[in-house]
Amino acid sequence: MLEMIQFVPLFPLIGFLIIGLLGKYLKNEKLIGTIASTAVGLSFIVSVLLFINVIGSHLEKPHIQNVFTWIAAGSFKVNVSYQVDQLSVLFSLIITGVGFLIHVYSIGYMHGDRSFYRFFAYLNLFIFMMLNLVLSSNLLLTFLGWEGVGLSSYLLIGFWYDRKFEGTRITWTGDAANKAFIVNRIGDFGFLIAMFMIFINFNTLEYQAISDSLAANESFFMNSGLVTAIALLMFLGCTGKSAQIPLAVWLPDAMAGPTPVSALIHAATMVTAGIFLVARNSVLFSLSPTAMTVVAVIGVLTAFFAATIGLVQNDIKKVLAYSTVSQLGFMFAALGVGAFTAAIFHVMTHAFFKGLLFLGSGSVIHGMHEEQNIQKMGNLRKYMPITYKTFYIASLAIAGVPLFSGFFSKDEILWSTFSHGSYILWGLLTISAFMTAFYMFRLVNLTFHGEERFDKHHLHPHESPKTMTIPLMVLAVLSALGGFLGIPYALGFWFSDHPNLLENYLHPIFANANHILGKHAHTEVHLIEYLLMALATAIAIFAIYIANKFYSDKTFKIPNKLAANNKGIYNMLFNKYKLDEFYFKAIVDSLLALSTSLLWKVVDIKVVDGIVNGAGKTTALVSESLRKIQTGIVQNYAMLMMAGIVAILAWILFVI
Amino acid sequence: MIETYLPLIIMLVFGFGIAVVFMLLSEWLGARRFTPGKVSTYESGMPPRGTARERFSVKFYMIAVSFIVFDVEVVFMYPWAVQLGTLGISAFIAMMFFIAILFAGYFWELRKGGLDWD
Amino acid sequence: MNQEVFLAMPVFLISAFAVLIVVLDAVSGKNKTINFAFGIFSLLATAGAAIYTLTLQVPKLVNPADYHDIFTITKNTMVFSSYSAYFDILFSLAGILTMLASRSFISKGYHEYKEYYSIIILAVAGMVYISHANNLLMLFIGIELMSIMFYILSGYFRQRIESVESALKYFLLGSFASGFLLYGMALVYGATSSLELNVIAQFIAKNNFNATYLTFGIALLLIGLSFKIAAFPFHQWAPDVYQGAPTTVTAFMSTAGKAAAIFSFIIIAKALMPSFTNNAMRLVSTETMQMILAVLSAATMLIGNITAISQKNIKRMLAYSSVAHAGYMLMGVVANNQLGYDGIIFYATSYLFMQIGAFIVLSVLENKDSSNINLDNFTGLRKSNPYLAALMAIFMFSLAGLPPFAGFFGKYYLFLAAIQSGYTWLTIVAVISSVISVYFYIGLIVYMFFKDSDNPIAKAELKLSSVSLFVCLIGVLLFGFFPSLLMNLYAIIK
Repeated sequence: MLEMIQFVPLFPLIGFLIIGLLGKYLKNEKLIGTIASTAVGLSFIVSVLLFINVIGSHLEKPHIQNVFTWIAAGSFKVNVSYQVDQLSVLFSLIITGVGFLIHVYSIGYMHGDRSFYRFFAYLNLFIFMMLNLVLSSNLLLTFLGWEGVGLSSYLLIGFWYDRKFEGTRITWTGDAANKAFIVNRIGDFGFLIAMFMIFINFNTLEYQAISDSLAANESFFMNSGLVTAIALLMFLGCTGKSAQIPLAVWLPDAMAGPTPVSALIHAATMVTAGIFLVARNSVLFSLSPTAMTVVAVIGVLTAFFAATIGLVQNDIKKVLAYSTVSQLGFMFAALGVGAFTAAIFHVMTHAFFKGLLFLGSGSVIHGMHEEQNIQKMGNLRKYMPITYKTFYIASLAIAGVPLFSGFFSKDEILWSTFSHGSYILWGLLTISAFMTAFYMFRLVNLTFHGEERFDKHHLHPHESPKTMTIPLMVLAVLSALGGFLGIPYALGFWFSDHPNLLENYLHPIFANANHILGKHAHTEVHLIEYLLMALATAIAIFAIYIANKFYSDKTFKIPNKLAANNKGIYNMLFNKYKLDEFYFKAIVDSLLALSTSLLWKVVDIKVVDGIVNGAGKTTALVSESLRKIQTGIVQNYAMLMMAGIVAILAWILFVI
Repeated sequence: MIETYLPLIIMLVFGFGIAVVFMLLSEWLGARRFTPGKVSTYESGMPPRGTARERFSVKFYMIAVSFIVFDVEVVFMYPWAVQLGTLGISAFIAMMFFIAILFAGYFWELRKGGLDWD
Repeated sequence: MNQEVFLAMPVFLISAFAVLIVVLDAVSGKNKTINFAFGIFSLLATAGAAIYTLTLQVPKLVNPADYHDIFTITKNTMVFSSYSAYFDILFSLAGILTMLASRSFISKGYHEYKEYYSIIILAVAGMVYISHANNLLMLFIGIELMSIMFYILSGYFRQRIESVESALKYFLLGSFASGFLLYGMALVYGATSSLELNVIAQFIAKNNFNATYLTFGIALLLIGLSFKIAAFPFHQWAPDVYQGAPTTVTAFMSTAGKAAAIFSFIIIAKALMPSFTNNAMRLVSTETMQMILAVLSAATMLIGNITAISQKNIKRMLAYSSVAHAGYMLMGVVANNQLGYDGIIFYATSYLFMQIGAFIVLSVLENKDSSNINLDNFTGLRKSNPYLAALMAIFMFSLAGLPPFAGFFGKYYLFLAAIQSGYTWLTIVAVISSVISVYFYIGLIVYMFFKDSDNPIAKAELKLSSVSLFVCLIGVLLFGFFPSLLMNLYAIIK
C-alpha cells in the first residue's frame, strides 16, 4: 500500500508533460484546466489513502520506496526514492489539497489569458517538484525539488513577462523573477555546502541514516562545531526559500506573478520548504543549541519587522506578502525553541488561511479589473459577498480570534516560546501578533467596508465565477475549523489525555529530537497558560477594535494624523527600512564596481582573454602544422606506421 | 624435440643438394647454342607480339578470382576426406555447412552473371 | 547442451541470415525493398535472440582463466557470455540504424545495389564473431570479415574518385596491419602452444610459456588492434577513409567497427594482461604495456582533437574527432580494471548513438556529390532545417562531453577508471584535449545557430533516416540522464 507513494509525484509530472508538450494544440481552456486539476486531484487522493494507511498502521519507522538508482559513481550512490512517514504525508496532503483548490481557482482566474496552457504546465511542474522536495528520502532529491520549485517560482513570477512592475530597481516582472531567483541562489549555496559536509562526514545523503547516526552518537555530536556549521548552512538555505532575514527581500516582489501563484507558491507551499527542511533534520538542529537560538532569533526578528512593514502598505498583495514573511517568522521561532509540532501546525493552518487570503485578494483584483491599491477600493462587500465573507473568516483566523484555526497554532507557538523561557522573544512575538491583527483588519476595512473610493461610473466590481468562489468556501471552512486538530492540553484535558491530534500524529518524527531536547508531551496545566491565552485573545480583539475604529470613518483622521506626527517612522516603514536599497548599495553596486573595474577590464580582458586567445592561437597553429603531416600519400602513412611499430618494439626491447 | 624434425631436415638438404648438383652438371656438361626461340621470352611456344602493358578485359580477373575462390576451398576437403573416418559425423555435418555456404556463393555468382562472358 | 543452443542463437542466426541474404540477393530480381526489409529483419532477429540470451543463465565473463571447455557446441572457439550478448545487440542496432539511413542516402547520389545490405549484414556477422571469440583465429576471422566488408563499403561509390581512393588506402594499410595482428597471434601460439584464450590464460597462470614470444606477441596484437581503432601512429588512414567513404558507411564503421575493435582489446587484455602482472617469469610487466598504451592514448586524443580544429569539412572534422574518441576509449584499456572496461562499453554505446546521429544528419543534408558539408554550408542551418540543427547541436554537445548528455558520463567513467589505476597525468591530458575539442564542436553550433547565410541548405527530406535519428536522440538523452541504467546492466551482466 505504501508503495503507492511513487504515484503521488507521477500524476503532476504526467500533467506537466501533456500540457507542456501538447498544450499548444489543446485550444480548449477547460480541457487544459481539467487535465491539470485532475493530475493534482489524483495525487491528493493517493495522499489521502497514504494518510489513512499511515494513521492506521502506526508507522514507527519510515517506509522507503526505491524507484530507481539515479546516480552511481563508486561509493557515491543516490536513489530516486521516496519516504513515507507522518511528516512527508502531511506535507503532501497540504500541497496537493491546497494545490488542487488553487488549480481549480486558476481556471477561472486565468480565463482568457493568452498563455493559459503555459500557466498550468508550470503549476503542475511546481507541484511535481514540491512533492519531490517533501517526499524525498535523501537530501539530493530534496535539493532537486528545492531547485525545481525555485525554477517554477521564477517562471511563474515572470509569467506576465511583458508587464511593468514597480519596485526598488525593478521595472518589469522579469526583474522581480530574477531577484527572487538570485536571492534564492545565495541560500542554495548554503544548502549545497551543508549537503557536501554531510556527505563527507556521514558518507550518505539519506535522511534516515543521517538522523540515526546522529542520534546514536548523541553525546559526541552534541554542540559540536560540525553539527552547528551544517545546521547554520542549511538554515541559510531556509532563509532564502522561506524569505527570512537577511534574504527576505524577494518575497514582496514575487507578488509580480499571477495571484494564484502567490497563493500557492508564495504563501501556502514553497515558502514553507524551509520549515520542512528544519523539521526533517530536527535531530541535527536539536544537537546544536547555537543553531537553534539563531533560528529562533531570526524567526522572531523577521516576524516582528515584517509585521511593522505590513502596517502601512497600500498594495493588497504586498500587505499579504509581508504578512506571509511575518508568519513564516513565527514558524521559525517555534522551530528555534524546539516546538516542531507547533511549527508544522502553523504551516498547515497558515496554508489554509493565507491561501484563502491570497485567493480572496485575487478575487478582489479580478473583480476590480487589476486594481491592487487598497486606497482605491472600499465597500466591496456590497459587490462581492462571498469573497468578503471568506476573506473575513481568514482574517479572523490569522488574527488569532479564539476557535479559528490561527488561534490554536499561534497560541501554541507563543506558549512554547514563553515556556522555553525566552521572554523577550515571546514579547516581540506577542507584539507581532497584535500588529498582525491590526494590519489584517486595516486591510479588511479599507477593502470591503466604508465608501467606494473608486470611480463607480467606470468601474463595476463583480463577484467572481464559481470556479473561483468554491475553492474560497472550501478554504474558509478549513481556516475556521482546521485548528481543532491541535487543541492544546490545557483546553482539552477534560476529554482526553492527548487532545492534540497533530502532536500524537507527528510524535514518531520528532521523538529523537524531543528526546535530545528533553521535551515531553504536556501533561500538566499551568495557570499562566490560561493567562497568556486570555492575553492573546484580548490583544487580537483589541487590535481588531482599533483597526475598525481607525478606518471606519471616511477621512481616516486618526491614522493620517499618526502618520503625519511620526513621519520618520512612517516613511521608514513605508520604504521597508530601505533594506533593498541597502543591499543594492552595499552589495550589488560594490560588486558591480569591483567586477567592472578590476575583474572585467583587467583580469578578464587582459589576463583571461590573453591566456585563452593565446592558447587558442597556439592550438590553431599546431593544428595547421599537424594537418600537413596528413599528406594523403599511402606510402607516407605506412612509413609512420612502421616507425611507430619500430618505436614500440624498441621500447619493449629497451625495458627488457 | 629437435629429433622429430630430423627427417625434414634431411629431406631439405637432399632436395636442395640435388637441385644444385643438377644445375651445376648441366652447366659443365651441356653444349651452348643460342637460337632466337631460346633467347626470347617464354610464352608457351607462341612468338611474343606487341607490348606486355596491354589492357585486359575485367572479365579475365573475374574468372581468375572465381577460380582462386573455388579452387582453394578444395584444399580444405583433402585432409577432411582422408580423415573422415576418424573425425566422425560432426565433421561431416561441418563440411556440409561449408559446402552449402560455398554453394550459396556460387549460386550468387551464377545469378549475377559472373560466369557469363558477354 | 539445450541451453547452449539458445546461447549460441545470435551467432547462428546472423551467420544463417548472412548466407540467406546473399541467396535472396541472387533471386530477388530488381526488387531492392525485399533485401532491405530482410536485412532489417535479420538484424532485429539477431538482436532479439541476444536479448533473450541475456534473460537466461548466461555465464558471466569474469576471467578467461576460470572457464574450462564449457562451450562444447562450437568446439570452444566461441564463448557465450553476457558481454558478448550485449555487444551483439549493439552491433545489430548500429546495423539497423545505418541501413535505415542508407536507403534514401544511397539512391540520392548513386545507384542502389542490393549487395549493400548483404555487405552490412556480413560486417555485423564479423563483429558478432569478434564479440564471441574465444580463439585467436576466430577473433582474426571476425576482424577480417568485418574489415573486408568495410573495404568494399568505403569504395561503394565506385565512380567517385574519393570513394575508390579511400577504399584502396584502407585496404592497403589494413592488410599491412592485419599482417602484424596475425604475426602477433602466431607468436602467442608459439609461446603458449594454444590459440584458445582460456587455455592461454591458464598456461600463463601456470608459468607455462615462453616469455619472449609472448611479450612480442602481445605487443604485435596490440599494434594490429591499434590500427583497427585508429590510434596514433596508426591513425592516418582514418581521416581519408572516413571522408571518402559514403557518409552512412562512415557512420557505421566509425562506431560499430570501432566498438568491435575496442572489444577485441578488452578480450586480449582480459586474457593476456592481468595474469601477466603477478607472474614470476614475466619479461615485461603489464605496467609497461599499460604505459605504452597510455602514451598512444594521449597522443591519439591530442592529435585527433588538435588536427580537427583546422578542418573546414565537417565530415573530416568528425573523422579526426573519431580518432580522438579512440584515444579516450583506449584509456579504459590503460586503466585495465573493471570500471575501465565498463567505461569503455558505456563509451562505445553512447558514442555509437551520438556519432551515428551526427553522420546521419550530415548524410541527410549532403548534396548528390557530397559537396555541401563544409562548415560554411551549415551557416544559418537553424532557419532552413531547425530540427536537424537542434539534433546536430545535441550530438555535438554530447560528443564534446557536456552534461547531461551520454557523452559526458562516458568520459566521466573512463577518467575515473584512469585515475583509480594511477594514470592521473593521462586524465589531465584527456581533459585538456576535451577542452580543445569543445572548440570545434561548439564551433559548428555557432555556425548553425549564430550566423546567417545568404544561400542556406535546402530543407532536407528525412524519410527513414528520421527513425534512426530519433533512436540516436533517445539514446543520447536516456543514457545522459540515467547513466545508471547502463551501469546497472553491467553490474548484472558482469
